[in-house]
Amino acid sequence: MVLSAEDKNNIRTVWSKIGGHGAEYGAEALGRMFVTYPTTKTYFPHFDVSHGSAQVKAHGAKVADALAKAASHLDDLPGTLSSLSDLHAHELRVDPVNFKLLSQCLLVTLANHHPADFTPAVHASLDKFLASVSTVLTSKYR
Amino acid sequence: MVHFTADEKAAITSIWDKVDLEKVGGETLGRLLIVYPWTQRFFDKFGNLSSATAIMGNPRIRAHGKKVLTSLGLAVQNMDNLKETFAHLSELHCDKLHVDPENFKLLGNVLVIVLSTHFAKEFSPEVQAAWQKLVIGVANALSHKYH
Repeated sequence: MVLSAEDKNNIRTVWSKIGGHGAEYGAEALGRMFVTYPTTKTYFPHFDVSHGSAQVKAHGAKVADALAKAASHLDDLPGTLSSLSDLHAHELRVDPVNFKLLSQCLLVTLANHHPADFTPAVHASLDKFLASVSTVLTSKYR
Repeated sequence: MVHFTADEKAAITSIWDKVDLEKVGGETLGRLLIVYPWTQRFFDKFGNLSSATAIMGNPRIRAHGKKVLTSLGLAVQNMDNLKETFAHLSELHCDKLHVDPENFKLLGNVLVIVLSTHFAKEFSPEVQAAWQKLVIGVANALSHKYH
Protein backbone atom coordinates (compact mmCIF):
# COMPACT_ATOMS: atom_id res chain seq x y z
CA MET A 1 0.00 0.00 0.00
CA VAL A 2 1.35 3.35 -1.06
CA LEU A 3 0.28 6.82 0.01
CA SER A 4 -0.35 8.86 -3.13
CA ALA A 5 0.37 12.57 -3.39
CA GLU A 6 -3.36 13.16 -2.95
CA ASP A 7 -3.43 10.97 0.18
CA LYS A 8 -0.51 12.89 1.69
CA ASN A 9 -2.22 16.17 0.92
CA ASN A 10 -5.46 14.98 2.52
CA ILE A 11 -3.64 13.75 5.63
CA ARG A 12 -1.72 17.00 6.10
CA THR A 13 -4.89 19.04 5.60
CA VAL A 14 -6.77 17.02 8.22
CA TRP A 15 -3.97 17.44 10.72
CA SER A 16 -3.93 21.18 10.23
CA LYS A 17 -7.69 21.24 10.87
CA ILE A 18 -7.28 19.18 14.04
CA GLY A 19 -5.16 22.02 15.34
CA GLY A 20 -4.81 21.91 19.11
CA HIS A 21 -7.50 19.25 19.55
CA GLY A 22 -5.12 16.32 19.01
CA ALA A 23 -4.87 15.33 22.66
CA GLU A 24 -8.64 15.58 23.13
CA TYR A 25 -9.31 13.40 20.09
CA GLY A 26 -6.62 10.90 21.09
CA ALA A 27 -8.23 10.50 24.50
CA GLU A 28 -11.69 10.22 22.97
CA ALA A 29 -10.54 7.53 20.53
CA LEU A 30 -9.01 5.52 23.35
CA GLY A 31 -12.19 5.94 25.40
CA ARG A 32 -14.29 4.76 22.48
CA MET A 33 -11.97 1.80 22.01
CA PHE A 34 -12.16 0.69 25.66
CA VAL A 35 -15.97 0.83 25.62
CA THR A 36 -16.46 -0.72 22.19
CA TYR A 37 -13.72 -3.35 22.34
CA PRO A 38 -13.30 -4.33 26.00
CA THR A 39 -10.49 -6.80 25.20
CA THR A 40 -8.26 -3.79 24.51
CA LYS A 41 -8.36 -2.97 28.21
CA THR A 42 -6.16 -5.99 28.86
CA TYR A 43 -3.20 -3.88 27.79
CA PHE A 44 -3.99 -1.27 30.44
CA PRO A 45 -4.53 -3.14 33.72
CA HIS A 46 -2.62 -0.37 35.47
CA PHE A 47 -4.95 2.35 34.15
CA ASP A 48 -8.18 3.86 35.32
CA VAL A 49 -10.03 3.51 32.01
CA SER A 50 -13.28 5.15 33.11
CA HIS A 51 -14.70 8.24 31.36
CA GLY A 52 -12.58 11.31 31.94
CA SER A 53 -9.65 9.42 33.39
CA ALA A 54 -6.50 11.52 33.66
CA GLN A 55 -4.38 8.56 32.60
CA VAL A 56 -6.45 8.08 29.43
CA LYS A 57 -6.20 11.80 28.70
CA ALA A 58 -2.42 11.69 29.06
CA HIS A 59 -2.11 8.58 26.97
CA GLY A 60 -4.42 10.03 24.32
CA ALA A 61 -2.09 13.00 24.06
CA LYS A 62 0.88 10.66 23.54
CA VAL A 63 -0.91 8.77 20.78
CA ALA A 64 -1.98 12.04 19.14
CA ASP A 65 1.57 13.43 19.22
CA ALA A 66 2.93 10.30 17.57
CA LEU A 67 0.30 10.49 14.82
CA ALA A 68 0.96 14.20 14.29
CA LYS A 69 4.67 13.44 13.93
CA ALA A 70 3.87 10.68 11.45
CA ALA A 71 1.55 13.02 9.53
CA SER A 72 4.35 15.53 9.10
CA HIS A 73 6.87 12.91 7.95
CA LEU A 74 4.80 10.94 5.49
CA ASP A 75 7.78 10.30 3.24
CA ASP A 76 9.56 8.30 5.89
CA LEU A 77 7.17 6.58 8.26
CA PRO A 78 9.54 3.68 9.11
CA GLY A 79 12.32 6.08 10.07
CA THR A 80 10.07 8.47 11.96
CA LEU A 81 8.34 5.73 13.93
CA SER A 82 11.39 3.50 14.40
CA SER A 83 11.69 3.80 18.17
CA LEU A 84 7.93 3.40 18.65
CA SER A 85 8.14 0.36 16.43
CA ASP A 86 10.87 -1.08 18.69
CA LEU A 87 8.77 -0.30 21.75
CA HIS A 88 5.69 -2.07 20.42
CA ALA A 89 7.71 -5.09 19.23
CA HIS A 90 9.87 -5.71 22.25
CA GLU A 91 8.07 -4.26 25.22
CA LEU A 92 4.40 -3.54 24.61
CA ARG A 93 3.76 -6.46 22.23
CA VAL A 94 0.21 -5.37 21.51
CA ASP A 95 -1.39 -7.98 19.28
CA PRO A 96 -1.60 -6.61 15.73
CA VAL A 97 -5.40 -6.97 15.60
CA ASN A 98 -5.73 -4.13 18.09
CA PHE A 99 -4.27 -1.53 15.75
CA LYS A 100 -7.34 -1.94 13.53
CA LEU A 101 -9.61 -1.46 16.53
CA LEU A 102 -7.93 1.79 17.57
CA SER A 103 -7.83 2.93 13.93
CA GLN A 104 -11.60 2.42 13.64
CA CYS A 105 -12.14 4.51 16.78
CA LEU A 106 -9.79 7.24 15.54
CA LEU A 107 -11.76 7.44 12.30
CA VAL A 108 -15.08 7.55 14.19
CA THR A 109 -13.71 10.35 16.38
CA LEU A 110 -12.43 12.43 13.47
CA ALA A 111 -15.66 11.86 11.51
CA ASN A 112 -17.63 12.90 14.57
CA HIS A 113 -15.84 16.23 15.04
CA HIS A 114 -15.18 17.15 11.40
CA PRO A 115 -18.09 15.69 9.41
CA ALA A 116 -17.87 18.27 6.63
CA ASP A 117 -14.15 17.63 6.07
CA PHE A 118 -14.52 13.86 6.30
CA THR A 119 -15.27 13.34 2.61
CA PRO A 120 -15.02 9.82 1.12
CA ALA A 121 -11.61 10.66 -0.39
CA VAL A 122 -10.31 11.98 2.94
CA HIS A 123 -11.79 8.94 4.71
CA ALA A 124 -9.87 6.69 2.30
CA SER A 125 -6.60 8.58 2.81
CA LEU A 126 -6.92 8.49 6.59
CA ASP A 127 -7.73 4.78 6.57
CA LYS A 128 -4.59 4.18 4.50
CA PHE A 129 -2.53 6.42 6.78
CA LEU A 130 -3.60 4.60 9.93
CA ALA A 131 -3.03 1.24 8.24
CA SER A 132 0.46 2.37 7.20
CA VAL A 133 1.29 3.52 10.73
CA SER A 134 -0.05 0.22 12.09
CA THR A 135 2.10 -1.73 9.65
CA VAL A 136 5.22 0.18 10.70
CA LEU A 137 4.44 -0.28 14.40
CA THR A 138 4.11 -4.05 13.98
CA SER A 139 6.94 -4.44 11.45
CA LYS A 140 9.57 -5.64 13.91
CA TYR A 141 7.31 -8.13 15.73
CA ARG A 142 9.02 -11.15 14.18
CA MET B 1 -26.11 -16.08 20.53
CA VAL B 2 -25.60 -12.33 20.83
CA HIS B 3 -27.53 -10.65 23.60
CA PHE B 4 -28.33 -6.95 23.54
CA THR B 5 -29.12 -5.15 26.79
CA ALA B 6 -32.08 -2.79 27.02
CA ASP B 7 -29.66 0.15 26.92
CA GLU B 8 -27.95 -1.17 23.80
CA LYS B 9 -31.30 -1.68 22.06
CA ALA B 10 -32.38 1.84 23.00
CA ALA B 11 -29.09 3.28 21.71
CA ILE B 12 -29.55 1.48 18.41
CA THR B 13 -33.21 2.33 17.83
CA SER B 14 -32.82 5.97 18.85
CA ILE B 15 -30.40 6.40 15.96
CA TRP B 16 -32.18 4.06 13.54
CA ASP B 17 -35.46 5.94 13.79
CA LYS B 18 -33.75 9.00 12.33
CA VAL B 19 -31.79 7.30 9.56
CA ASP B 20 -32.61 8.24 5.97
CA LEU B 21 -32.20 4.80 4.35
CA GLU B 22 -31.34 6.06 0.89
CA LYS B 23 -28.96 8.79 2.00
CA VAL B 24 -27.09 6.77 4.63
CA GLY B 25 -27.26 3.54 2.63
CA GLY B 26 -25.99 5.17 -0.53
CA GLU B 27 -23.23 6.96 1.33
CA THR B 28 -22.15 3.84 3.18
CA LEU B 29 -21.94 1.66 0.09
CA GLY B 30 -20.25 4.45 -1.86
CA ARG B 31 -17.63 4.93 0.82
CA LEU B 32 -17.01 1.16 0.97
CA LEU B 33 -16.20 1.15 -2.74
CA ILE B 34 -13.94 4.20 -2.41
CA VAL B 35 -12.08 3.34 0.80
CA TYR B 36 -11.68 -0.36 -0.11
CA PRO B 37 -11.60 -0.29 -3.92
CA TRP B 38 -11.26 -4.05 -4.22
CA THR B 39 -14.89 -4.30 -3.09
CA GLN B 40 -15.83 -2.90 -6.51
CA ARG B 41 -15.34 -6.44 -7.80
CA PHE B 42 -18.97 -7.15 -6.91
CA PHE B 43 -20.28 -4.17 -8.82
CA ASP B 44 -18.80 -4.48 -12.32
CA LYS B 45 -22.24 -4.12 -13.87
CA PHE B 46 -23.22 -1.04 -11.92
CA GLY B 47 -21.98 1.57 -14.36
CA ASN B 48 -19.48 4.35 -13.75
CA LEU B 49 -17.22 3.68 -10.74
CA SER B 50 -14.23 5.49 -12.17
CA SER B 51 -13.83 8.12 -9.42
CA ALA B 52 -15.06 8.97 -5.94
CA THR B 53 -17.41 11.56 -7.47
CA ALA B 54 -18.74 9.03 -9.98
CA ILE B 55 -19.31 6.45 -7.25
CA MET B 56 -21.08 8.81 -4.85
CA GLY B 57 -23.25 10.12 -7.69
CA ASN B 58 -24.05 6.71 -9.16
CA PRO B 59 -27.80 6.16 -8.83
CA ARG B 60 -27.48 2.36 -8.96
CA ILE B 61 -25.04 2.38 -6.07
CA ARG B 62 -27.36 4.66 -4.15
CA ALA B 63 -30.31 2.39 -4.78
CA HIS B 64 -28.34 -0.68 -3.81
CA GLY B 65 -27.12 1.02 -0.67
CA LYS B 66 -30.72 1.71 0.26
CA LYS B 67 -31.55 -1.97 -0.31
CA VAL B 68 -28.69 -3.07 1.94
CA LEU B 69 -29.63 -0.64 4.69
CA THR B 70 -33.29 -1.67 4.48
CA SER B 71 -32.13 -5.21 5.27
CA LEU B 72 -30.27 -3.86 8.24
CA GLY B 73 -33.67 -2.70 9.48
CA LEU B 74 -34.47 -6.38 9.84
CA ALA B 75 -31.57 -6.64 12.22
CA VAL B 76 -32.79 -3.71 14.31
CA GLN B 77 -36.20 -5.38 14.63
CA ASN B 78 -34.76 -8.81 15.39
CA MET B 79 -31.72 -8.17 17.53
CA ASP B 80 -32.36 -11.28 19.60
CA ASN B 81 -32.57 -13.52 16.59
CA LEU B 82 -29.98 -12.41 14.04
CA LYS B 83 -28.86 -15.83 12.79
CA GLU B 84 -32.37 -16.97 11.93
CA THR B 85 -33.32 -13.57 10.51
CA PHE B 86 -30.39 -13.59 8.06
CA ALA B 87 -30.30 -17.33 7.25
CA HIS B 88 -31.72 -16.90 3.77
CA LEU B 89 -29.57 -13.86 2.97
CA SER B 90 -26.54 -15.78 4.22
CA GLU B 91 -27.21 -18.59 1.75
CA LEU B 92 -27.72 -16.05 -1.01
CA HIS B 93 -24.43 -14.26 -0.30
CA CYS B 94 -22.59 -17.58 -0.29
CA ASP B 95 -24.22 -19.54 -3.09
CA LYS B 96 -25.23 -16.85 -5.55
CA LEU B 97 -23.27 -13.69 -4.76
CA HIS B 98 -20.00 -15.34 -3.63
CA VAL B 99 -19.13 -12.52 -1.24
CA ASP B 100 -16.23 -13.05 1.18
CA PRO B 101 -17.69 -12.43 4.67
CA GLU B 102 -14.78 -10.12 5.41
CA ASN B 103 -16.68 -7.59 3.32
CA PHE B 104 -19.57 -7.57 5.82
CA LYS B 105 -17.15 -6.40 8.50
CA LEU B 106 -15.78 -3.67 6.25
CA LEU B 107 -19.29 -2.45 5.41
CA GLY B 108 -20.30 -2.50 9.08
CA ASN B 109 -17.33 -0.36 10.07
CA VAL B 110 -18.02 2.13 7.28
CA LEU B 111 -21.67 2.38 8.38
CA VAL B 112 -20.58 3.21 11.94
CA ILE B 113 -18.32 5.97 10.60
CA VAL B 114 -21.13 7.40 8.43
CA LEU B 115 -23.48 7.40 11.43
CA SER B 116 -20.77 9.21 13.40
CA THR B 117 -20.69 12.01 10.80
CA HIS B 118 -24.48 12.36 10.82
CA PHE B 119 -25.19 12.04 14.53
CA ALA B 120 -22.17 13.78 16.06
CA LYS B 121 -23.01 14.61 19.69
CA GLU B 122 -25.48 11.75 19.96
CA PHE B 123 -22.90 9.23 18.77
CA SER B 124 -21.28 8.71 22.14
CA PRO B 125 -18.84 5.87 22.86
CA GLU B 126 -21.71 3.81 24.30
CA VAL B 127 -23.86 4.37 21.21
CA GLN B 128 -20.92 3.51 18.97
CA ALA B 129 -20.30 0.34 21.00
CA ALA B 130 -23.93 -0.78 20.61
CA TRP B 131 -23.79 -0.21 16.86
CA GLN B 132 -20.44 -2.00 16.47
CA LYS B 133 -22.00 -4.92 18.33
CA LEU B 134 -24.98 -4.90 15.97
CA VAL B 135 -22.94 -4.74 12.78
CA ILE B 136 -20.59 -7.52 13.87
CA GLY B 137 -23.65 -9.56 14.87
CA VAL B 138 -25.10 -9.04 11.40
CA ALA B 139 -21.75 -9.87 9.77
CA ASN B 140 -21.59 -13.12 11.74
CA ALA B 141 -25.23 -13.97 10.95
CA LEU B 142 -24.62 -13.35 7.25
CA SER B 143 -21.62 -15.68 7.25
CA HIS B 144 -23.30 -18.37 9.34
CA LYS B 145 -24.64 -20.43 6.44
CA TYR B 146 -21.45 -20.37 4.42
CA HIS B 147 -20.10 -23.69 3.35
